[in-house]
Amino acid sequence: MIHNSKAIPLDTLPLVSSTVFRDAVIHAVGDGARISAFFGAPEQSLMSQAGHRGVAEKQIRLFAVLAYDASARLAILSTLIEGSYPALTPECPQAHLFERELYEQWGVLPEGHPWLKPVRFHKQYTTGQQELAPAIGVTDFFSIDGAEIHEVAVGPVHAGIIEPGHFRFQCHGEDVYHLEISLGYQHRGIEPALIGGPNKRTLHYMETLAGDTTIGHATAYAQAMEALAGCMAPPRAQALRGIALELERAANHTGDLGALAGDIGYLPTASYCGRIRGDFLNMTALLCGSRFGRGLISPGGVLFDADEDRLTRLLERLLQARKDVTCAVNLLWETPSVMARFENTGIISDEVADDLGLVGPAARASGCERDIRYDFPSGMYRFAQIPVSTWGTGDVFARAYVRWLELQRSLAFIEAQIELLPSGDISNVLRNPAPNSLAVSLVESWRGEICHVVITGAQGDCSQYKIVDPSFHNWMGLAIAMRNQQISDFPLCNKSFNLSYCGHDL
Amino acid sequence: MLKELKASLQQGHQTTAYPKIEPVLPDRFRGLPVLDRAKCPADCRLCLDACPSEAIGEGLKIDLGRCLFCGACARVCPSGAIRFSQDYRLSVRKREDLVLDTTALRLATALDKKSKSLFGRSLKLREVCAGGCNACEADTNVLSTVGWDLGRFGIQFVASPRHADGLLITGPVSSNMFSALKKTYDAVAWPKLVIAIGACALSGGIFRDHPEIKNGADQVLPVDLYVPGCPPHPFTILDGLLRLLGRI
Repeated sequence: MIHNSKAIPLDTLPLVSSTVFRDAVIHAVGDGARISAFFGAPEQSLMSQAGHRGVAEKQIRLFAVLAYDASARLAILSTLIEGSYPALTPECPQAHLFERELYEQWGVLPEGHPWLKPVRFHKQYTTGQQELAPAIGVTDFFSIDGAEIHEVAVGPVHAGIIEPGHFRFQCHGEDVYHLEISLGYQHRGIEPALIGGPNKRTLHYMETLAGDTTIGHATAYAQAMEALAGCMAPPRAQALRGIALELERAANHTGDLGALAGDIGYLPTASYCGRIRGDFLNMTALLCGSRFGRGLISPGGVLFDADEDRLTRLLERLLQARKDVTCAVNLLWETPSVMARFENTGIISDEVADDLGLVGPAARASGCERDIRYDFPSGMYRFAQIPVSTWGTGDVFARAYVRWLELQRSLAFIEAQIELLPSGDISNVLRNPAPNSLAVSLVESWRGEICHVVITGAQGDCSQYKIVDPSFHNWMGLAIAMRNQQISDFPLCNKSFNLSYCGHDL
Repeated sequence: MLKELKASLQQGHQTTAYPKIEPVLPDRFRGLPVLDRAKCPADCRLCLDACPSEAIGEGLKIDLGRCLFCGACARVCPSGAIRFSQDYRLSVRKREDLVLDTTALRLATALDKKSKSLFGRSLKLREVCAGGCNACEADTNVLSTVGWDLGRFGIQFVASPRHADGLLITGPVSSNMFSALKKTYDAVAWPKLVIAIGACALSGGIFRDHPEIKNGADQVLPVDLYVPGCPPHPFTILDGLLRLLGRI
């Protein structure tokens, strides 16, 4: 059991049998824990660097990071597998995409997995140069037969300026019986590129693995490196990181609320929020020169300070944007034609949200009280709590309204941080990362929980770096939300989740 | 209806007056690098070693196609030989023009007369994200909001390549998007333009030489306009588009 942003020596990690591992994960999830990460690493790469005994070439060590929201603890389990093991998914749906990923990356077969399809359509990490990757998008899509059943295929190139992915709908007339989402088009090979680091490229991979979540992922990385170095960023840096993370949330939530309005043809809010989103991005640029926060976060602290004058300008802009966004967003709730489209569309019950392990606003909109800032606080959130915003109806309205509640609380947090910004340095020099250790770092990004797990080798270099973007948990939620909906509601449902393709595809 | 009118009054008119009035960019904005080779200490390689994307070459040259505008070079430079200016105008027409040395950047020239008569007053573009991180996409998308009102220049993003005069490509061209990108390009009627946006689309960016990507748009398609940045500022993109059309 460890806390968020802490490291432990790898050899203190209990190595259990695969049966115990399986039972423990299933029981823990049954008792309310969530799978934050579940991944494999070749035992040889972990052990050869640690200078331990020789191990069989094909042994893969599985790691599961289980989050206990109520007690703010993370349980880490590990086991050794060779070839195959009985799948967890039939008894634990949360594991479903993780096990597919495990099979795709390392060839470890989860026996009895009901849906063992490619996740990102790349070669197994263990195969040679000459072998070809599987053809993208070629898989056995689930299909329904019957009179008047038809199939709709959309993507990878979509109508708007958005990332690519493929959606396959099984429809009966206008009604969607099933949606299958097949991704991988954005795969850039980030995780393998991180092995052997950190180096001068590492931070930039973090900033661009999901570019709209630059602050979120860069902060998760920085926290992990600080945990491995046994040191923390100075308080002033932590406050500035908090401000940047909430500005990122404010910009994206504002953009999403505008886009939701746009999807149902309610143009006033769509127009205003499209612009106000830019105002929040420009506030981030005021801090560091980049609208997306590129170059702000660095392991050890932040690279840009903000003096009195800059903070005053930030606050002025914040108050103006708050006024504008309040006016723009409240139009939504006061307009019956908007509410008629938002309410009862794309419902996810709390039970389904829990089963799938949804995170972020999508989970909170189904009434799940789950927020890393509150449950596993790190950085400034240990001192300045943000209440968890939930709504119980699980529909598009709830996902929109939770964003609005969060946006208001983010702005209040930023305002408070500006007024109480701690004095002092903005960066500490980090010692080298501890060797043969494992660190877990969680951050509540605007889409939900980001989990980074770093395992170091004998020299303190990364022998494994696992990234779990919130979208990895939530794409299945969108598929389920579309069941028994009209296909014309897809854009609205999709926008109400607004998930990352590149964060998923890595 | 009344509440919408009231809101409209409160929000006011917010479209930028650009290009009539020059934009004011944030003071920390990192635009066109300014190089002064004379200031380089002998045998100094600090900037080359610090650059995460190998954008800097011997003799102090910066390949803007690879540059992430992260500022790492300027931070390590002991003599101020590299600094980032506020100049957001970065777009060029040819790949080789992206390499910046001490001479002025050869900014994008307008299309030839025939192309200009075809596209100059109405340019419809199909955007294809091919491995982009959603930052270039977002700052391209923003041009269609009321803040920028791209439509007033006759430029519009359309849903179908059949309706488009060209492609605007973001991302390093992931292998998994290669075929979809080619098919989209093929579906656009001749004559057609290709505009590449951001370090990834220009060179592969930070992902350069990953086996999972193709090192940028011009490795697979002919490119007519290169817009550097990671991501480029919306003004950088707009400046590039307007230069291509001979509007500025």
